[in-house]
Amino acid sequence: MTEPGYDPAIQGERIALVDLLDRVLAGGVVIVGDITLSIADVDLVRISLRALVSSISGLMETMDDSREHS
Amino acid sequence: MTADSGWVWMYGVTGGDPEAIADGVAGIGGASPRTITAAGLTAIVGDVADREYSEAALRRNLEDLDWLAQTARAHHAVLEAAAKRGSVVPMRLATLFASDAGVTGTLQDRAEDFRQALSLISARSEWGVKAYAVKPADPAGEAGEPGRPAAGPGAAYLQRRRAQLTASQDARSEALASARTVYAEMSRFAVSSRLYPPQAPDLAGQQTPMVLNAAYLVADERAGEFAAAIKDLAPSHRFVQLTLTGPWPAYSFAGEGDGSGPR
Repeated sequence: MTEPGYDPAIQGERIALVDLLDRVLAGGVVIVGDITLSIADVDLVRISLRALVSSISGLMETMDDSREHS
Repeated sequence: MTADSGWVWMYGVTGGDPEAIADGVAGIGGASPRTITAAGLTAIVGDVADREYSEAALRRNLEDLDWLAQTARAHHAVLEAAAKRGSVVPMRLATLFASDAGVTGTLQDRAEDFRQALSLISARSEWGVKAYAVKPADPAGEAGEPGRPAAGPGAAYLQRRRAQLTASQDARSEALASARTVYAEMSRFAVSSRLYPPQAPDLAGQQTPMVLNAAYLVADERAGEFAAAIKDLAPSHRFVQLTLTGPWPAYSFAGEGDGSGPR
């Protein structure tokens, strides 16, 4: 059972969308495809998501961080 | 069977058996994943419709959080299924080609990078460790300092308020200190680590602020040890709540510019 201060990962639990977005938007290999979300496109996503979710700074900082590496 | 009016969505790259990779998982847009092999590597891809995945459509769709969620989950489902059968290097979301030739070219051009990435993540998995600051208990009950003469109601209020503020500041710095300690301690069990910025409380669905959002690349044989270590750390870090997620496909350790957290 759950102990104080610790939440075990539950098998089969639906993955939190934020955890997934952290990884699929800021992780993974970036290659130039025929359509690539360029920095300009990412900016677009940032702006759009900001409008949808009032407090999205964590995710956006992740994307800023990943852009430094791009 | 690349349709003239479609795109090829690239999920990831493996070095494994192309026959065994993609069965039984509905991919993006419901199209079953298939594979393209070149340079000794296998790309897992899917055919997607132009109306949803052209550049213009993507610009529009990526603004739709529901569409993004569904797409991210479908991308993940294929990679997760593949990762169960062998190492897979995930591509960032929305890596698209006009035809199979583009995928083949990428496998050839980037073969060495893919091979290096595959060797890094071989027999290893990504695990996530998050820590949330725990809301401190209301210290009001213990605020009155014994031995002091009783003050007026205004002074008593201020005193109580000060005690609350101090307690909450203490709890916050304790939580941050715990985050640093936990991050470092868990790194001892990992091949590599990466720090993500804390998620915003609204997004994370948590009332309490996140103070640690880390990803670790852990040898599969040490996964049990890794999970046990978090459990062991929990009692000595009572100002944070620790959460373990995973195993993940190695999203955080496959790209360029990562592979280790800030030092």
